Amino acid sequence: MRDQSTHIVSGYDNDLKSLTHALTELGTLVSEMVDGAMRAFKKRDSVLAEKIIARDSDANKRQHKIDEDVQRIIALRNPVAQDLRRIIGATRIAADLERVGDLAEGIAKRALLLNEEPRIDMSKSVYRMGKQVRKQLSGALDTLLKEDAISALHYWQADSDIDDLYNSIFRELVTVMMGDPRTIPACAELLFVAKNLERIGDHATNICEAIYFTAKADQLINDPSLAPMMQDPGVRKTL
Amino acid sequence: MTDKIKFKCRNVRVQYGDLEALHGIDIDIADRGVTAFIGPSGCGKSTFLRAFNRMNETIGGAKFSGQILMDGEDIYDPSLDPVLLRARVGMVFQKPNPFPKSIYDNVAYGPRIHGLTETQAELDSLVEKSLRRAGLWEEVKDRLTEQGTDLSGGQQQRLVIARAIAISPEVILMDEPASALDPIATARLEALIEELKTRYCIIIVTHSMAQAARVSDKTAFFYEGDLIEYDDTEKIFTNPDNQRTQDYITGRTG
Repeated sequence: MRDQSTHIVSGYDNDLKSLTHALTELGTLVSEMVDGAMRAFKKRDSVLAEKIIARDSDANKRQHKIDEDVQRIIALRNPVAQDLRRIIGATRIAADLERVGDLAEGIAKRALLLNEEPRIDMSKSVYRMGKQVRKQLSGALDTLLKEDAISALHYWQADSDIDDLYNSIFRELVTVMMGDPRTIPACAELLFVAKNLERIGDHATNICEAIYFTAKADQLINDPSLAPMMQDPGVRKTL
Repeated sequence: MTDKIKFKCRNVRVQYGDLEALHGIDIDIADRGVTAFIGPSGCGKSTFLRAFNRMNETIGGAKFSGQILMDGEDIYDPSLDPVLLRARVGMVFQKPNPFPKSIYDNVAYGPRIHGLTETQAELDSLVEKSLRRAGLWEEVKDRLTEQGTDLSGGQQQRLVIARAIAISPEVILMDEPASALDPIATARLEALIEELKTRYCIIIVTHSMAQAARVSDKTAFFYEGDLIEYDDTEKIFTNPDNQRTQDYITGRTG
């Protein structure tokens, strides 16, 4: 858990607070982008998709700002121990969030293309997967605010559900394409959407790993509660 | 850093009158390496440092109890001459304190009173060797007759280290050796410490956390007369076990 004691130099506290604030804002922005992209996808709303695409440059700018802040804090404040991990974590998380923005932009672009194609049934499954991924992402962002290792572990483990979902959608789409080659253009776009969602889930797990490291000074995969799972060679391979 | 223990301290207490400055410290200090003592003012770190060469005895009213063994030998044994102990355990202070003598005589002083050399040539070579080890030789070799006090602060501090080295000590205690030095002189001093630690057991008290992190192998954190945490420096500055240590090194109020 985030400790409550304050630095003697209050400017240092303010630096760290504004860093967390900037991360949260970037997190909110890219979550909205994922939300919007999935809505544009579901409602076949090309105007909304264009709006989402336009927001990506804002996400990039925010990430750059966080990198600059981190550089300044390291240079001026000499952070050590948990402060240092929090700051390193911030750059990693910002990079992950920026990628989430890119992937949301990608989904919006696919939505534009899909809107040119006849609607196919599989869209509903992909949309449901999107809901799951958004839950993962907002869980990771909530975990970030609390800096809570237990919550980080929880969301990290939940990612395997998304992977399963992706694999089953993949198989179904291939079946649909084989059944009716006219669906191939739409199904191919759907595959990309599903893949992007799956990647967003991975970034959410990366964020959980960074939070865990900040809190515990150890890697999440070394957590004792994961030991039985880590011995399973099938699981290890997918890491 | 070797695993060999130089000092074994057990239940070390130092009292100034009614006030107990150290409440029973247990610690093992490794030979051939740098151990840093950190902690806020008044935590007892300097008092503890001065216990290693019985410097506290020069302060009226300071009372020592407990045990400090150096290579197994009790340094508080009444039959042990503190002057001889201080020849084995040298000390460098916050403010450089060269004698008001020539650079040469500053370094030659110890060997002369302890009768370490027999001929002038031997003494000359010992002075040169000591100044070289202190990283000062190149800067002063042509002006050995000049006053030690005329050197810059950083040079004076290295001169004092050369003076300490000249009598072949086993241990060098440093009490905030860089606090009066500019960053360049500090860097030179730290480079020197890095080099000296292959030959000596070095204990350094510093208020600069960054300095402790840079120069030491082990770090001991003191707070209000207690040893709170003692571990590898890397551990102390990345993931200390104790919340007080974490608060102190990250600059938080406890």
